[in-house]
Amino acid sequence: MITTAGKPADPAFLIITGLALNAFSGVPGLFLKRAAAVGQKLATLLAVAGALCGLAGCFSAIASGETESFLINWSLPFGPCEIAIDPLAALFLLSVFLISGCCAVYANGYWPAAKQPATSRALSFFIGILSASMALLIIARNGVFFLMAWEVMAVSAYFAFTVESGKVEVRKAGMLYLVCTHTGTMALFVMFVLLRNMTGSFLLPPTASLSPFVPGAALVFFAALFGFGMKAGIMPLHIWLPAAHANGPSHVSAMMSGVMLKMGIYGIIRIISLFTPVPAWWGAVVLGLGIFSGVTGIVSAIGQNDIKRLLAYSSIENIGIITMGIGAALIGQSIGNQTLLFLGMGGALLHVLNHSLFKSLLFLGSGAIIHATGTREINRMGGLARRMPRTAPLFLLGAMAICGLPPLNGFVSEFLLYFGFFSGVKESTAPALLGMGLAVTALALIGALALACFVKVYGVAFLGLPRSAEAEDGHESPWQMSAAMGLLALSCLAVGLLPRYAAVLVQPAVFTLFPSLVASGSNISTHVPLDVLGAIGAALIAAAAILAVVYHRRLKSAPQASAATWGCGYLQPSARIQYTSTSFAEMLVRLFRGTVRPRYELPKISGFMPASAGFSSRIPDTVLDAAILPVLRVTGIVFSFFRRLQNGEQNLYVLYIFITLVLLLVWIH
Amino acid sequence: MTDILIHLLLTIFMPPLLLGVIGKTKAAFAGRVGAPFLQPYYDLAKLIRKGSVFSDTTTWIFRAGPIVTLAATLVAALLIPLGSHNSPVSFAGDMVLFAYLFALGRFFTTTAALDTGSSFEGMGAAREATFACLAEPTLFFTLMTLSRLSGSLSLTPMLTNLTVSLWFRAGAALILLVGGMFIVLLAENCRIPFDDPTTHLELTMIHEVMVLDHSGPAFAYILYGAAVKLFVIGAFFIHIALPIKTGNPLLDWGVFILSMLGLAVAIGVVESIMARLRLLRIPQLLVAACILSAFSMLLILR
Repeated sequence: MITTAGKPADPAFLIITGLALNAFSGVPGLFLKRAAAVGQKLATLLAVAGALCGLAGCFSAIASGETESFLINWSLPFGPCEIAIDPLAALFLLSVFLISGCCAVYANGYWPAAKQPATSRALSFFIGILSASMALLIIARNGVFFLMAWEVMAVSAYFAFTVESGKVEVRKAGMLYLVCTHTGTMALFVMFVLLRNMTGSFLLPPTASLSPFVPGAALVFFAALFGFGMKAGIMPLHIWLPAAHANGPSHVSAMMSGVMLKMGIYGIIRIISLFTPVPAWWGAVVLGLGIFSGVTGIVSAIGQNDIKRLLAYSSIENIGIITMGIGAALIGQSIGNQTLLFLGMGGALLHVLNHSLFKSLLFLGSGAIIHATGTREINRMGGLARRMPRTAPLFLLGAMAICGLPPLNGFVSEFLLYFGFFSGVKESTAPALLGMGLAVTALALIGALALACFVKVYGVAFLGLPRSAEAEDGHESPWQMSAAMGLLALSCLAVGLLPRYAAVLVQPAVFTLFPSLVASGSNISTHVPLDVLGAIGAALIAAAAILAVVYHRRLKSAPQASAATWGCGYLQPSARIQYTSTSFAEMLVRLFRGTVRPRYELPKISGFMPASAGFSSRIPDTVLDAAILPVLRVTGIVFSFFRRLQNGEQNLYVLYIFITLVLLLVWIH
Repeated sequence: MTDILIHLLLTIFMPPLLLGVIGKTKAAFAGRVGAPFLQPYYDLAKLIRKGSVFSDTTTWIFRAGPIVTLAATLVAALLIPLGSHNSPVSFAGDMVLFAYLFALGRFFTTTAALDTGSSFEGMGAAREATFACLAEPTLFFTLMTLSRLSGSLSLTPMLTNLTVSLWFRAGAALILLVGGMFIVLLAENCRIPFDDPTTHLELTMIHEVMVLDHSGPAFAYILYGAAVKLFVIGAFFIHIALPIKTGNPLLDWGVFILSMLGLAVAIGVVESIMARLRLLRIPQLLVAACILSAFSMLLILR
């Protein structure tokens, strides 16, 4: 298993160089207090160089399809530390490097050091550390080493998104995030300890080497689902996600939503892949969680009026879609349906990549909107397409991609998932069949709801008349922001039009996860006619182009006039009579009021000449407000006597540490 | 080859005729003579030569909307088999593409409507997007049932597999499918009882209100696209409801054309004898359609 890095073009060498460059990118800026702008330029340069290095390494690691591993002998008591780069790791590293490179470029326009010297230095530093720690945890093969990288990631993300810690909202979101991420990490501690009891070392065992029927295996499974699910934002564990994504700088949100959530997915996939043969009920649990997360995530997204909260809820939905794919693949493995196994896992992994592309694009786009208008409230936007001619089409591409519309990348991964589910429906018997039928229906419902959601966002924010003075004064963003978004939009289009090559990226990772499949001689492309899909995408674009030419000719040959929008006879239209984000979503929110629980504050109107009154509506987070906060409040009261321990005196805290150490020593002997 | 040619010719030229037949049927019920069968063609020819009026609020999205919607509908028309003949383009998984092409059309119709900044068009867009969420699961339940019945994952074998003898074996499931799909057919194509294409009250409309501001060639694209959509979803429905096959290719084309005209008459009859539903009732009917198709799937599981 142990190979050494020989040539400098070795994938592992490239990836580790990229990682180091990323980690180091913010450091020079820390010493350039006077010249923050130079520091930011330097950080961008280093991060982009790191990203290019890392991307080259990822592509060559995927192309070779082999696993490279290194053993580091360190003196820590957790045994030897192994790092390994296999195609699965390379696939996840791909989005880490791509998105961190784009965000580094974007930051120059969005958070220029010239305007925000103090925070920009901290931001560059923590973003560099964040992307490096994510890359490190992907290649770590030792439980303790993994947890260290995991913790660095969690904490650096906290510092990155709470960079404006002067705001109460930001501090609240940060606290919620810290509590949640550490609750999740606690479950991961339990999980790695259990794994150590099964294998005898903290090194992660090779793929498919453990039996899921030994005692403790199920506990490992649930601990992984809880700990990693908390980070990924699977539905009942998502509570930290909307506030954290909404309150940070937009490129940090893009990093968190586009990449950091995927670390949870990576963990779930990696841990489950250690076991074989996975029992069907594991698959059913994962599939069920995915369906729940997908449907409730998008239903909650529709009602939101804060563009970044909406995108955050939509991330929960997409994580749900990915989880559905993983669950379906596990079911496929246990019932022996190879198509389902291939396409469930292949679709899920491709959706991981795709979601990091279009969700980062949308978050960066929302940053451009905030940059232009200074508000996150969709109801105060409008008419931005005329004011932001570069951002608007890029955001439109992202919105289309996230709805899974052909010919963009979202369609390709959802197509793979649909195909897998349908093959399950076609071939399997009762219990698996019902699960697959439910999955198809859920995916169809999610698709239609996502479409409603993103038509609302695009239509209300970019089209129509400006609804406020801020939107009226909106302006285009600097070229660095457009360039970063343009690259992501181009990637979305490329994956959509060349699905065969996207499958080539994902294929080796599927083989890594299920080594037994290599012998079958088939791959994703032999199961699904991906070439036809790409050709149809091209045909669609060609058809639209022909129709556009015809239309243009007709327009020229007949008189044109411009007028006000037809007001159905009303002659005094204003921007305020337009449909808003709230009114667009009203019917759907009412249909799903059991899930989203909208709160209305209705005015009391009485008498013949009522005084002026106000109306407001708000959609709280059901899980957080209805379930978790009440429980925490009671817990807080019950355990209030513990607070005496926290009295603010540092010397006492040192004493606590000392006492704990002594107790541990006593316990060991 | 001949079959592909006939498929293309029918797809391009027949759709407006269905609208003409629906109009004539409604006129007959109302005791009027009605417009000639070819009236929709005359309308299209007139619109394509007319000038356009654009609202000051609109952007390029407003112009792209009808183009993309029509392109998506035309590509979808290539995927559906007509009568007992195979479709020109058929591959495993094409039913998903079929459904998502209509979603693409919906995306552009609704964004183009929001582009005008009109509150009425906003209403239409919101309704269209909302009702589609309820219609989509029905379509997918139907596709799953058909896929299970035919043991295939492509529209052509799925639909051409349906025969009269299958009706004797799985009649109950197919009747439920017919019910569910007829509701979806009416809802997706904005016919009564879901939407009234002839009303003059913008407040109650869905599809027509979204295109209030379109004019000239763009409006021709929209009307033509809507007719093609009716034709395509109608052809899908005909496969389930009237799977008659003679074995003679030419005769089969004749049977297909007659069944499509019959479907147009049926839609005309429904439009004549029913009133438009209250807006709040529409989701209930759509959920009912979804349950019908879900039951049909359960029936074939046994």
